[in-house]
Amino acid sequence: MLLAWAAIALPARAQSPDQDFAAAVAGLASDNFPDKLAAVTAISELRHPNGRAVLATLLDGKLYFRNADNKVFITDGGETQLALTDPLTAKAAGSGASDDFTRITTNNSLRKTLRSAVASFALSDPDADVRLAAVHEMLRSMDEDSVAILRARLEKESDADVKKAMHEGLALADLDSEDAATRLAAVKALEKSLSPDVYNRLTAMVAAGDDGVFPEPDERVRTTAREVIAAIDSSRAIYSTLETLFFGLSLGSVLVLAAIGLAITFGVMGVINMAHGELMMLGAYTTYVVQQLMPNHIGASILVAIPLAFLVSGCVGMLIERGVVRFLYGRPLETLLATFGVSLVLQQVVRDLFSANNRPVETPAWMAGSMQINEALSITYNRLYVILFMIIVFVILQMVLQKTSLGLKVRAVAQNRNMARAMGVRTQWVDAMTFGLGSGIAGVAGVALSQLTNVGPNLGQQYIIDSFMVVVFGGVGNLWGTLIGGMSLGVVSKVLEPWAGAVLAKIVVLIALILFIQRRPRGLFPQKGRAAEN
Amino acid sequence: MKNMKFTRRLAVLGAAVAMTLGSAAQAADTIKVGVLHSLSGTMAISETTLKDTVLMLIDEQNKKGGLLGKKLEAVVVDPASNWPLFAEKAEQLLVKDKVDVVFGCWTSVSRKSVLPVFEKNNGLLFYPVQYEGEESSKNVFYTGAAPNQQAIPAVDYLMKDIGVKRWVLAGTDYVYPRTTNKILEAYLQAKGVAPADIMINYTPFGHSDWQSIVSDIKKFGSAGKKTAVVSTINGDANVPFYKELGNQKISAEDIPVVAFSVGEEELAGIDTKPLVGHLAAWNYFMSVKSPVNTEWIKKWHAYTKNPKRTFNDPMEAHVIGFQMWVKAVEKVKSTDVNKVTDAMIGLEAPNLTGGIAKMLPNHHLTKPVLIGEVRADGQFDTVWQTKGLVAGDAWSDFLPGSKDIEADWVTLKCGNYNTKTKQCSGQNYK
Repeated sequence: MLLAWAAIALPARAQSPDQDFAAAVAGLASDNFPDKLAAVTAISELRHPNGRAVLATLLDGKLYFRNADNKVFITDGGETQLALTDPLTAKAAGSGASDDFTRITTNNSLRKTLRSAVASFALSDPDADVRLAAVHEMLRSMDEDSVAILRARLEKESDADVKKAMHEGLALADLDSEDAATRLAAVKALEKSLSPDVYNRLTAMVAAGDDGVFPEPDERVRTTAREVIAAIDSSRAIYSTLETLFFGLSLGSVLVLAAIGLAITFGVMGVINMAHGELMMLGAYTTYVVQQLMPNHIGASILVAIPLAFLVSGCVGMLIERGVVRFLYGRPLETLLATFGVSLVLQQVVRDLFSANNRPVETPAWMAGSMQINEALSITYNRLYVILFMIIVFVILQMVLQKTSLGLKVRAVAQNRNMARAMGVRTQWVDAMTFGLGSGIAGVAGVALSQLTNVGPNLGQQYIIDSFMVVVFGGVGNLWGTLIGGMSLGVVSKVLEPWAGAVLAKIVVLIALILFIQRRPRGLFPQKGRAAEN
Repeated sequence: MKNMKFTRRLAVLGAAVAMTLGSAAQAADTIKVGVLHSLSGTMAISETTLKDTVLMLIDEQNKKGGLLGKKLEAVVVDPASNWPLFAEKAEQLLVKDKVDVVFGCWTSVSRKSVLPVFEKNNGLLFYPVQYEGEESSKNVFYTGAAPNQQAIPAVDYLMKDIGVKRWVLAGTDYVYPRTTNKILEAYLQAKGVAPADIMINYTPFGHSDWQSIVSDIKKFGSAGKKTAVVSTINGDANVPFYKELGNQKISAEDIPVVAFSVGEEELAGIDTKPLVGHLAAWNYFMSVKSPVNTEWIKKWHAYTKNPKRTFNDPMEAHVIGFQMWVKAVEKVKSTDVNKVTDAMIGLEAPNLTGGIAKMLPNHHLTKPVLIGEVRADGQFDTVWQTKGLVAGDAWSDFLPGSKDIEADWVTLKCGNYNTKTKQCSGQNYK
């Protein structure tokens, strides 16, 4: 098709393809977007060997023109000096001061066209994944040209996945066919598709207009389309439920992570630690500092930050215990006030060290984006990792408490301090270690939070109330209670949110919690036995 | 006990700071300029730069020999992002320090809090931030944008140039987003947008779990019509919002987000990758190339001794407001509030992005409106701008309650004159 077009165009313009290409590239230096769009379309249609490079560079924002003569260059390099490449010949063309050049800007609609154009070049790439991505990119904005390009490529395509994607795109185009049989076949071919484009097209086909006339004239096609829509509707409903459940579990995981350290300090030791949120904040700042120290290894920085955050927050926690809390055991009100004071001090320290502004913590590439299960369901990686991370932390914590000698002592002191002391347990040391453990876990939670929210001095305050809520709801002194409590609060919030709104959902959850605590003051899983009495 | 000692020491420290500030204000025969911006608390991030801007402007003016032969002197107070404290500090500036003019406030609630104080003591306030309108006081000059200078043109751009048919109005749950969204909803419906094509969503301050809202936006936007999000989401809740958009693979090309509260200063501290291509509507962008703009950015960098500091829209508003105030004082050769406010009307000062801002009888400015796309370096590429300047309208024409109300301090001498009942409710100076 394109060769034919070129054959017609050439004699008419009596120019060489290189001259056409040069003219189109020069058009990019225009100061208005419609002209640039025309130039991009022209470059895309000329299929010049350097076309892809020019368009890709423009998309990257590295295409400049010289202010003196409006000549376009592919550039590379620093703030003051630019290395130049001639887009027509793809050869180096020296360098120039960046003040003499102006970047060719793009806007959203231009970028969309550019992506599609670059993708159409990539259809002949030897790598099947690149081709598949290219097809998907083209399907986002289909027009006659891209349909023609896809049809031409389909015959040469060997990879099954790429073919399938192409078929779907073409079936969508076939819905406009004159021939009823073609349309019917196209509707059937789209049966398994969950893409919103398909759904919108099909519903538009069977929706009667104001005059009672259906856009789709053939009755058989309409019936089939209705069946396909019903099938898509029911699978969409299932996926939407799954999605809500996933959102709920991921929110629940964040709550559990934030609360699980508190479940130890508050639940096991009975210390109301208002500085718990700030210990999480320290963990988040540790992530930031680690990233500053290893800017070239952002992917690994999170893994390095986890043990470091545990140490930093754990040590600060032990300092708090040794310095403040140990003088106040058995006086909950004073502990509350004292730790609240500590939390303010920690916030101010961070403010003085790092400034009051939020700090940018980068998301490593392996945590960004989402896993596309199908068109109706995608799972974001960062949330998925948070769920997995929470499970790992929970399991390790359980192991520490159940299988180690420290865990045994912690439980013994929690159950009966005097008896434990009589058995030769150094309760003071155990207190410090327990508090350190709970604080360290808070620091680890902070690493996870640094990926989800803003890292700033107020980070802790946002989570402290939620953390206490989860611990009280789950039952004080019970890690399993914290897990179940956090997860159920997460899921309930997310189920409520779509129809109540984020603000109201929060209120409803809080009221429900108050009512629940009225009926069961000791939470979901109250402690049984003698420990419950004091 | 240790803690108590600590707090006491803090209190002593605070008192010392207050005393030094107070004594500085007692030097003889100067013109006093009050600066009422939060230097601590949640708003400190945005407002501290504005304090520095005013100090720079005063410094500039003093280098030129001051005003009316006197030196200008800054009186800086810290209302600490605490709305009732704003009123106390304003009272202190006006009654105790007897300042001649005040530059200050950021949030609407802080402005509402100081408004009675300024009206009671006949003070003069320059308010530099874009706001929801529905107000015009004799004692306040609004140098930021009214809704018709930011929100309405942005929606027009999306509707005409991008072809948006479906609208998500997302905001933080407080007065500015609620009023703005009310105006926008009425405006969109007047333009023939069906209620089913408008989705309104409010979230608490500092919201961080955006999963289901973004997923809803995605579903809302997949109905085959071009969809855009108009965001009045405030402050740091924006970062997780844009991150979630990126993670759920919603790009600016599919569903653009146009924000009214995200500027250069807010972008300076965050990872801009997920924001690239999204839009913001302002009356000023630092990236705009004009001689005045370059000159002021140079002055700013020299004053702060930091070549990386950003310049933003509310700062431009202070620059314009300050220049106009200086002109007004020079014109009437006095700093008397009544004389200065009368002289202010009709004064002109250059916009940093080109054109001349003019003070209107309703105490608002004429401004250009710019739409920009976020770049990876945290600056904006201007993709659209209004042909001329837009005159600020204090009372929106799209709300039933304020349609008939007009503000005019020259002929009507009233900030909320009802053209139907021919009455002026509220402030009235005849």
